[in-house]
Amino acid sequence: MSARLQPHANYEVVIGLEVHVHLRTDSKLFSPAPVRYGDPPNHDTHPIDLGMPGVLPVLNRRVVELGVRAALATHCKVHPQSIFARKNYFYPDLPKGYQISQYEDPLATGGWLEIDVAGYDAPVRVGLTRIHIEEDAGKSIHDTAIAGEAGSHVDLNRAGVPLLEIVSEPDLRSPEEAAAYLRKLRELLRWADVSDADMEKGQFRCDANLSLRRHGATELGTRTELKNLNSFRFVEEALYAEIARQAELLDGGGRVVQATMHYEPARRTTRVMRLKENADDYRYFPDPDLLPLRIADADIEAVRRALPELPDDRRARFESEYALSEYDARLLTESRALADFYEAAATESSAPKVVANWMLRDVLAQLKERECEIDATQLTPIALAKLIALVENGRVTAASARPLVAALIEHGGDPEALVRERGLEAVSDTGMLESAADEAIAAHPDIAAQIRGGDPKGLNFLMGQVMKRTQGKANPKAVREILARKLEA
Amino acid sequence: MAGDRFATAVALRADLDAGRVSSLTLVEAALARAEAAAGLGAFVHLQPERAHADAIESDQRRARGDLRSPLDGIPVAIKDLMVQLGEPCTCASRILEGFVAPYQGTAAAKLREAGAVIVGRTNMDEFAMGSSNEHSIYGVARNPWDPARTPGGSSGGSAAAVAAGIVPIAFGSDTGGSIRQPASHCGVVGMKPSYGRVSRYGLVAFASSLDQIGPFARTASDCALALAAIAGHDAADSTSLPEAVPDYAAALNGDVSGLVIGLPREYFAEGADPAVVECVREAVAELERAGAKTREVSLPHTSYAIATYYLIATAEASSNLARYDGVRFGRRAQARTLGEMYRRTRSEGFGAEVKRRILLGTYVLSAGYYDAYYRKAMQVRTLLRRDFEEAFRGCDLIATPTAPEVAFRIGEKTADPLKMYLSDIYTVSANLAGIPGLSLPCGFVNGLPVGLQLLGRALDEATLLRVADAYQRRTSWHEQHPTPSWERPT
Amino acid sequence: MSYVATMARINPAEVERIADLARLELAPDEVERMTAELEAILGYVAALEQLDTTGVEPTLFARLVATPMRDDVAAPPLDPEAAVANAPERSGSAFVVPKVLEEDES
Repeated sequence: MSARLQPHANYEVVIGLEVHVHLRTDSKLFSPAPVRYGDPPNHDTHPIDLGMPGVLPVLNRRVVELGVRAALATHCKVHPQSIFARKNYFYPDLPKGYQISQYEDPLATGGWLEIDVAGYDAPVRVGLTRIHIEEDAGKSIHDTAIAGEAGSHVDLNRAGVPLLEIVSEPDLRSPEEAAAYLRKLRELLRWADVSDADMEKGQFRCDANLSLRRHGATELGTRTELKNLNSFRFVEEALYAEIARQAELLDGGGRVVQATMHYEPARRTTRVMRLKENADDYRYFPDPDLLPLRIADADIEAVRRALPELPDDRRARFESEYALSEYDARLLTESRALADFYEAAATESSAPKVVANWMLRDVLAQLKERECEIDATQLTPIALAKLIALVENGRVTAASARPLVAALIEHGGDPEALVRERGLEAVSDTGMLESAADEAIAAHPDIAAQIRGGDPKGLNFLMGQVMKRTQGKANPKAVREILARKLEA
Repeated sequence: MAGDRFATAVALRADLDAGRVSSLTLVEAALARAEAAAGLGAFVHLQPERAHADAIESDQRRARGDLRSPLDGIPVAIKDLMVQLGEPCTCASRILEGFVAPYQGTAAAKLREAGAVIVGRTNMDEFAMGSSNEHSIYGVARNPWDPARTPGGSSGGSAAAVAAGIVPIAFGSDTGGSIRQPASHCGVVGMKPSYGRVSRYGLVAFASSLDQIGPFARTASDCALALAAIAGHDAADSTSLPEAVPDYAAALNGDVSGLVIGLPREYFAEGADPAVVECVREAVAELERAGAKTREVSLPHTSYAIATYYLIATAEASSNLARYDGVRFGRRAQARTLGEMYRRTRSEGFGAEVKRRILLGTYVLSAGYYDAYYRKAMQVRTLLRRDFEEAFRGCDLIATPTAPEVAFRIGEKTADPLKMYLSDIYTVSANLAGIPGLSLPCGFVNGLPVGLQLLGRALDEATLLRVADAYQRRTSWHEQHPTPSWERPT
Repeated sequence: MSYVATMARINPAEVERIADLARLELAPDEVERMTAELEAILGYVAALEQLDTTGVEPTLFARLVATPMRDDVAAPPLDPEAAVANAPERSGSAFVVPKVLEEDES
């Protein structure tokens, strides 16, 4: 493996991430209120979510299924018994004065995932400490434009929405790795239908623990916690800002104080939000309103069986089944939608490897340019396979076909009709090709002579010349035959 | 007025069925008695409009021959911590001042399904924390047998309402004896069902792993009807038991022959008033004469029960009472900042006993003390549970005094919280073990009622009711009633 | 029942720390009284220390069966008007609380 990124010359960076992800459910974790986004304040609550006197929680079965699914997808061990505990603290958006979470006995522990970092030759394996189930809090709205000067508004629509907290080991060594981890985790959770993980909706939120230590040191440095890094861009920026802050402190002979930090994007700096000197005393204890969560082995196996094929497995299969390189297979499995698309097109086609090349060269470039996902375009796997078939059969040249990818992505449609409409059918008219070939040979006699002399290196060049003279519509196979005949030694 | 104020629900039902009286008449009489008994402090809220409407509906059902249960049309009262849709629920606390419940609690829903008519809400110790009904923003509730004495607590209002003949049946909650102890002090039958037998959905929580709703009545047979109305599985309470509810009334066959009654030696050791113990021993002797057998059993960890109970109950309570913060409901203190709002709201809203228990519970759960106190208490709870499992291998039920003494005077124990806590000594173990317990009147000491406590195996409420009923068939303690000296001349 | 005297377990500073955790404000005389009362109660419960509970499983739950689960079916939410009807202060369908000030963040 090539060396990992070293963001700082003097210090090794140590990062661990805590991700909170909303689960894809219809109702809340402990109440039957609907999970919805964007409604006016307190329109999606049940007395349970409001913490009314006398209410009691009842666990949503789907949450457990999705939690197990996430655990299996990240190679965690699902525990046969886990326990819901109360985390006690006061805040207006925490209606009961405690959050029901899992503490000593979480749903799952001890997993890992492999991340791909730009510039690394091999993936990095990042350990997962634990996954547990907990309820989300509501929202406090401090914005004076909404809440006025004197007060804050409290909206409990989000209170009780089911969350998984996924905690990584401090295995990440750079902001880039942290971002890669988050991308991989988010994709995996979407892949497994665990969560929509839409960051803008607050469905995928990240806190980071960061510390520095001298290169070669084995003891961990004092860490700070960065709260609520709610976009991939912010994650990297904020971590870099915090690295700079901590490094400056240490360089100046100072020490890092344990604190919760807040990132200010406008100034690209981190600021101490709260010191942790008086360690929070959450008074965790098992919630007596719930009983232990028991998950039978058979239920875990049922979830495992229902799990879609995960990216790593799919990649391996693409390599063996479609003879793709590891690199290509990895790119094609970056999202489930992309992998599904590729596989559908590959199945339609007689040349899966060629389909992969088209995907990687043309389709991904278009997606990147448009900043969209494959399933948000008009392109269908059948259309792509058809287009490739037209090329393979010599009906259209690759050069003519490539611009059609953009058109199909934008507007959809039938490639064959498109080729006809645009007059892109390949020229196989021998007379026309013969004269174009003669022209090309005449224009480059030295190259022609070389070839005649037994050195075929210039053949491709002459082919390009013929293509140019036919606006790229010449059937390359025919051209090659004609040139070969004309330049026979 | 509708006849005998001390008529049982069974007798009232016969009157209703025979057309001698209507539910509306019964309900109006109960409301009138409640108002006349204002000095007793048994009720904190009457709900005449809803009660009248419910009674009229019951009478219409009766006319159609469409009755819902043996309690259809019978006036009942509920403790002020049982949530009822559209009615106040204050737990006798200032912090819930003005709160009107936006949802229906399961017990209230079941009572409505049974056709019972809730006439009002009864006084209690604030958030059920107390053994004397002295910790209430509405003032003390008084013992109908001697208004200078407490009715016991925390369900003092419900016990007093039944003892005073205002309603034949009332409901309370029991976390460490809060039904059985006031039942004992007021000379009525009170039952704490097995944990999980009655849904807690809509019961404002004191200590979630110990709380149970249960009935008060003057006879075991009324108690059986009342329990049947509220018992049963509820999907809204994760701790609710799925087992089917037996026919309690049918179990009352008067036969106790062959039953083995265990007498735990630790409960008859020193500590209790000898006169109280004498009444209890005599009651046991009466059951022996009825054919029951007795044997001594041991519950060796009894002396640890109170300590265990107060650690667990206060820990849970400190968390359960965190929701009273002045944000979404109840009373909020004037404040400039959020921090001030929390502190003032909670300091002004909670009474001294509640604050004391919140502090103790917070301490017990706080960092560094959890293992020494909370975890230890949970382990001792296991030992207490095992004590009963062991004892029930050799007997069918256990008999003890309900309380170490008869009703004490108002103000007698308020200065010493620990002394007050010790009055729960015979009752807390049943909550810790999750088993059912029942108190029934078994005599008098100095004109004040004495209670016999019967403890049974988990889910064996039927045996306790059967034994209590058999005892009442052979004795007349339950037919003695206080003189309504508390009534204002009208 | 024996009353086990033990050393003081709690002092006024600790009572104040606990009160702060529980968001209770105690007047100086209340702190003093609560300290004494809690000390007496803690002294009493210290009797548990005498009991050897090595290897005894704690009864963490009143019942030792699995927690029941409900199907993921959404029910109509509470009418927003009912949701905030009991609020001491509201604005439209939102609850209103005093602003969090720096001094609150402890």
